[in-house]
Amino acid sequence: MSVRIIKPGLLDTVQDAGRYGYQHLGINPGGAMDSIAMRIANALVGNMANEAVLEMHFPAAEMVFEATVLIALAGADFSASIDHKEVPLHHPVLVKQGAALKFIQKKKGSCVYLSVEGGFETMQWLGSSSTHLQVGAGGLEGRQLQKNDRLVLKKESNYLFAENHSFFEVLPWQAKVADFYSDGKIRCVAGNEFDLLNDASKKTLLATPFTISSSSNRMGYRLQGADLQTTVVKEMLSTAVTKGTIQLLPNGQLIVLMADHQTTGGYPRVGHIISTDISSLAQCGVGQTFHLQMITIEEAEYSTRTQEMNLQQLINACNFRLQQYLAL
Amino acid sequence: MINTSPYTIYPCGDHAITIELDNRVDVEISRQVISLYQKIRSLKLPGVLDIIPAYSSVTIVYDLRLLTKQFTGASVYETMHAVLQNAANDVLSAVVAQTRLIRIPVCYDTSLAPDIVSLAALHQLTVEEVIQLHTAVTYRVYMIGFLPGFAYMGSVEERIITPRKESPRTNVPAGSVGIAGEQTGIYPFASPGGWQLIGQTPLPMFAVNQSQPCYLQPGDAVQFFSISVEEFFKTKQV
Repeated sequence: MSVRIIKPGLLDTVQDAGRYGYQHLGINPGGAMDSIAMRIANALVGNMANEAVLEMHFPAAEMVFEATVLIALAGADFSASIDHKEVPLHHPVLVKQGAALKFIQKKKGSCVYLSVEGGFETMQWLGSSSTHLQVGAGGLEGRQLQKNDRLVLKKESNYLFAENHSFFEVLPWQAKVADFYSDGKIRCVAGNEFDLLNDASKKTLLATPFTISSSSNRMGYRLQGADLQTTVVKEMLSTAVTKGTIQLLPNGQLIVLMADHQTTGGYPRVGHIISTDISSLAQCGVGQTFHLQMITIEEAEYSTRTQEMNLQQLINACNFRLQQYLAL
Repeated sequence: MINTSPYTIYPCGDHAITIELDNRVDVEISRQVISLYQKIRSLKLPGVLDIIPAYSSVTIVYDLRLLTKQFTGASVYETMHAVLQNAANDVLSAVVAQTRLIRIPVCYDTSLAPDIVSLAALHQLTVEEVIQLHTAVTYRVYMIGFLPGFAYMGSVEERIITPRKESPRTNVPAGSVGIAGEQTGIYPFASPGGWQLIGQTPLPMFAVNQSQPCYLQPGDAVQFFSISVEEFFKTKQV
């Protein structure tokens, strides 16, 4: 009763909403890069929002299902396929024992999430299943997946598979996710050191495009763009940083801290990506370009409140459809 | 009576808030930071995910998604601002932070201390004098960051203050004790690093299977004592 990896991908790890409560010890929260996609993937199969899922970047893992199970894919479109047929994103999909899932081509986005009904058996560390690669804890033995790894399913599926020759069956409803992502414009709030930028650089920050460089990873996205300059060189003491913090490096370039960020840092924080837009940024791949737009804290909070309400409605709708389907 | 420092409170993104006491490394400020950190922890505020003390600041990371649901009219930031201000006003007038004293064995043998000879030469000291100076001071753990369990301690004796190496090593062994400027620290894991390595401790600074995985906590007092290579390997085996 498991999912077996036939061929590992670039970086396949087990993730949940992250490990909070230990940042005072330097232990970063980690967790899914795109938490919205993680929650939607879970909602589609009737899981709790925080159930551990498999996060994959491109190229993503090839795997075989050793048991019949209800799954969902959310986030990036990597042309998922079973038995040469496309497996759509954001649908619950009933997969038959023996089916092999692979991802053909990177079409859109940069990380895809696979949820299974009931979740995976995982190693919990400090209250979270998220894989902490540096410490080697959480998820599956604290590491990225390898060939022949088995992700064991927590629960056996109740679904009866229709007697036909297909390896999978797409359930007839889809989560509409487009409204949760923004294209090309990523919003931020001012950082405490924003005013260290000179006037020209303040304008440049918000008026010129930034491109995600190839040296980006789960720790941070390095941006290529115009050189930014400060009026004074201020020697800063290390202080806390968060997911979304935009640091100005000594060479005038920016780095945005992502899920596996360090807990503290000493570079000027010129801004912070707002919570609602982290997922959009996470799905921007290497080479993709975006503009920053600055808003107030009040606007950022309003944005989170609205997004959370809409996401909750979508999750409720997913649960409702699944229950209806089961009752049939 | 202790003079209360002026402080500033500012947002650290839309889901975190920072109180900064003063932009300098100072034992008294660090005591206030730790008191404030302990005070905020004791409040057990719903929706608070993390409280992160640093040299002269404390940051609260909160669950914005959860807290915006309980919208009360004031913004979540304003509510947190008030909480932080009250805690600061309570704490900064009466500092009562508790300190543990922790003694850590360090082997300063050149086989485990690749930079101790050059560091001694730079300051026109003997290796023995460097060891003596490094073990004479009781350090304070100002904060933990960089790596899980990496304690930033200070301050080293003036005569052994040494800048980081110009090009960082790609692999520093776990347990290495280093100096960077006036700071001293211990690498809990093998990792890349630019600190001047003057010794190694046989004690694990990080134990993944324990409920408190980190050996050191912010606010701890730390004293190093010198051990031989034989003692180092004996302790390490245990």
